[in-house]
Amino acid sequence: MGSSQSTSEEVRELVGKTGFSSDQIEQLHRRFKQLSGNQLTIRNLRKAPTGLADEINFEDFLTIMSYFRPIETNMDEEQLEHCRKEKLRFLFHMYDSDSDGRITLEEYRNVVEELLSGNPHIEKESARSIADGAMMEAASVCVGQMQPDQVYEGITFDDFLKIWQGIDIETKMHVRFLNMETIALCH
Amino acid sequence: MLPATLPLLGMPLSGAGAGVADGAAGESVLPPAGLALLRWQWHEVEAPYLVAVWILVASLAKIVFHLSRKVTSVVPESCLLILLGLVLGGIVLAVAKKAEYQLEPGTFFLFLLPPIVLDSGYFMPSRLFFDNLGAILTYAVVGTLWNSFTTGAALWGIQQAGLMAPTVRAGLLDFLLFGSLISAVDPVAVLAVFEEVLYKVYNSFVEMGSVNVQAIDYVKGVASLFVVSLGGAAVGLVFAFLLALTTRFTKRVRIIEPLLVFLLAYAAYLTAEMASLSAILAVTMCGVGCKKYVEANISHKSRTAVKYTMKTLASCAETVIFMLLGISAVDSSKWAWDTGLVLGTLFFILLFRALGVVLQTWVLNQFRLVPLDKIDQVVMSYGGLRGAVAFALVILLDKTKVPAKDYFVATTIVVVFFTVIVQGLTIKPLVKWLKVKRSDHHKPTLNQELHEHTFDHILAAVEDVVGHHGYHYWRDRWEQFDKKYLSQLLMRRSAYRIRDQIWDVYYKLNIRDAISFVDQGGHVLSSSGLTLPSMPSRNSAAETSVTNLLRESGSGACLDLQVIDTVRSGKDREDAIMHHLLSGGLYKPRRRYKASCSRHFISEDAQARQDKEVFQQNMKRRLESFKSTKHNVCLSKSKLRLRKAGRKKDGSADKDTPNGKPHRASNLPDTAAVILAVESEEESDSSETEKEDDEGIVFVARATNEVFREHKVPGNGSMEVCPSPRIIPPSPTCAEKELPWKSGQGDLAVYVSSETTKIVPVDMQTGWNQSISSLESLASPPCAQAALRAAHPLACAPPRGDELRDPLAALVTPSPEPHAGFTFAPSLAKAGRSRSESSADAPEQQELQPLMAPEDRGCLSPGTANARWLIQFNRAGRL
Repeated sequence: MGSSQSTSEEVRELVGKTGFSSDQIEQLHRRFKQLSGNQLTIRNLRKAPTGLADEINFEDFLTIMSYFRPIETNMDEEQLEHCRKEKLRFLFHMYDSDSDGRITLEEYRNVVEELLSGNPHIEKESARSIADGAMMEAASVCVGQMQPDQVYEGITFDDFLKIWQGIDIETKMHVRFLNMETIALCH
Repeated sequence: MLPATLPLLGMPLSGAGAGVADGAAGESVLPPAGLALLRWQWHEVEAPYLVAVWILVASLAKIVFHLSRKVTSVVPESCLLILLGLVLGGIVLAVAKKAEYQLEPGTFFLFLLPPIVLDSGYFMPSRLFFDNLGAILTYAVVGTLWNSFTTGAALWGIQQAGLMAPTVRAGLLDFLLFGSLISAVDPVAVLAVFEEVLYKVYNSFVEMGSVNVQAIDYVKGVASLFVVSLGGAAVGLVFAFLLALTTRFTKRVRIIEPLLVFLLAYAAYLTAEMASLSAILAVTMCGVGCKKYVEANISHKSRTAVKYTMKTLASCAETVIFMLLGISAVDSSKWAWDTGLVLGTLFFILLFRALGVVLQTWVLNQFRLVPLDKIDQVVMSYGGLRGAVAFALVILLDKTKVPAKDYFVATTIVVVFFTVIVQGLTIKPLVKWLKVKRSDHHKPTLNQELHEHTFDHILAAVEDVVGHHGYHYWRDRWEQFDKKYLSQLLMRRSAYRIRDQIWDVYYKLNIRDAISFVDQGGHVLSSSGLTLPSMPSRNSAAETSVTNLLRESGSGACLDLQVIDTVRSGKDREDAIMHHLLSGGLYKPRRRYKASCSRHFISEDAQARQDKEVFQQNMKRRLESFKSTKHNVCLSKSKLRLRKAGRKKDGSADKDTPNGKPHRASNLPDTAAVILAVESEEESDSSETEKEDDEGIVFVARATNEVFREHKVPGNGSMEVCPSPRIIPPSPTCAEKELPWKSGQGDLAVYVSSETTKIVPVDMQTGWNQSISSLESLASPPCAQAALRAAHPLACAPPRGDELRDPLAALVTPSPEPHAGFTFAPSLAKAGRSRSESSADAPEQQELQPLMAPEDRGCLSPGTANARWLIQFNRAGRL
């Protein structure tokens, strides 16, 4: 999918799929090529055993990026809600590393540990206890009164939505995508 | 000073003051007879006395206002204060016949304004502020310029048009000056800072006289805008740095910490004022800049002191200002009325504010990703309340330079009254009517904090991927810089260690739990008491708190070993850590809990359990012989929780209630079922004759007890009263077994003696153990943690700092490896094992074990890993 082959039709298709403007797609494509070293796909650089996609092509790249598009000004309530859900779903999958539809305690802990790994003074145990606490909290928020024989197995997507209720993700989860003019500024 | 400026005030108040002064002058009775019995020394104390009385009146007024919630919910406080000021001013006028009152600008700027500004700066939500920095600066700078220019020019226009009385002698420059001061919004808003800057520039122009102003001076004026504002900000930041640095070294003199905060902030203000820079900006920046480090450095008490003092000072200053404002309105000699000017000003400030907001918002929306919508704009246009700053600035004018000062004063008073009273009264209904999304002050939750942090990282990563260095990128950069250098420099080591936002929220929530527990009182045993050190207990006000339920998650119906396991291990570790952290504050509540815990141990909910109990009976012998299963340990604890929850439900704090026993019985089967399940899995692998000093056994002692108790239950309900001999563990006491290091602690011995364990019913023993373990971790030397860390390979693992930021990898599938912990768990077990063999009696070692075990389990991946690990561990034990 080199830039030479990216016909306008292709671009249009991508525009329809991702909602980016064609300018933005052009720009992202350049960036993509930069990252991939002019290959068609970006190879996964991390040597993780499982769970990671080996490579992504430009379309995947765009799809991922499209989650970070700002909301449109003319969206109505329903669209907003949809947009919010989509964004949150993306986030949810970042937590849910085995994609079983639940953020289990293990997964949550890993996230928290990584979050806190920047601070060398916080031990792993603390990170874990924080994750545990957060998990309990999530359980209480999402399930409320549990029956004694109930087990909270993990945060489901619905629960995730509940937790994020107080935060207007739709106004936060966005990144500025540059237009063509400004591309010279970055790299 | 204030009283000096209010000579009049003394007169009406002197009556009231005299009564008090009698008491105060009581010392003067002491001099021997022959002299005057009572000497009236009013003049000696007049100045400070009046200040005190003044503030007292203001405070009392506040109290009175707040007596009625209804009034304050409708009428803003500033309105009431101004009205009160009007009344007071009327009285003063009536008594003194001549209204000689002046709010001296010196008083205002040197004493009244700094606390207000410091308060708003220090408590400004920095995250929100910086997230919207662009918009805020635009509105503050451009908006102010716009307002002052347009208002000033328009007023000049109507003067030229002859709509004002000819006595208003003012040129364009004067009007511009007036426009700059009248465009000052409410002083509490940080946005007000820029008005001051502009005012200063204009004022210097006016003082030069319009004829002397050269073209170059205008250029200089523009330049000085930047000099004044940026210089003020720089001064503020320098002082913020100094302040943070100073508080780093106050460890031994905690008492001066609050004072330092105020002194240095005030010094920043005065310094900026001295250099004729923007003092408001300086003190705001000082507050914003230092907060993070100061809060980390100073003690908790100092933090409270700072908070209260700051709020008190600001509130006092505000009250005084508004009352003075009211009084000054009565004093008609100070102002001159001109209808044209007043109406014109009112009209123009409203018009141009709205216009300015719309224009600026339009421009901003071209750049903002989240546009400001119409409702925001309406509120912003309408919300431009003018307040004390405008008033003080107009008073500050020099009458010789600005001949129309009296007119300006009158107009300002009217404008302030109009905006504060009319707009202030109506803005709330307006906001409600427009359904503006108001910031809801929900309590911070741990999840939210975590998610937001993750989110920041993700956004920074995505910006990286896109190749655009935007706001998130720079914030991330700043945070890295802050972490690497600033925090290291400005925070004391101990503070820096635990200073992390996530940790902070966690910590605060725990503190809150603790406090709420203490507040609940000692006799009422709440379930939160038991789970006190652990985060989730926050939610456990309700008796069937999820916390408890989570912990007892091993239930017959839904047997999920992973869940049980991880949760349990989390709890143990959490306890250990949090106990250390909270040791000071929590000691008392925990003791209390301990007592009550042993007292009411039973009441449980009635449910059908009998069927399981039969089975249990059959399994009894096997259970007895089986000594080391970690699952049992988990269960014992979870059971404890369960019981607790049940007790809570019961509502009766007393465990000896007759209906308590059936309740307890009812709850047990669930856990029992788990025990059985676990055992059947493991029995073949684990040897029944494990060495007593094995790590597993440390836990087993209690677990076994737990199991025993299970058997007792069906047999006789009187078990609480007379424990069967079997309950007593073969080796020392179960408590000692479990907490080997505890034996050295004298103060604990009371609760832990073997005598106690024998007499106390078995199920209570669990409670004992629980409480002891918590006490233990309180009392255990801090080095335990360190030792644990050293022994723990996990903790030594290199930090994976940038994992989330790793652009693509993180994006595509940010999967942390769930099996990380498992790989070394066996080796760890071996390590622990060999150590305990080599020096079984070393207390340090023993300390490690209970802490380690849950740790290891926590690392295990779900599924079979758990069982496998156990097997390996047990083998190691047998070797």
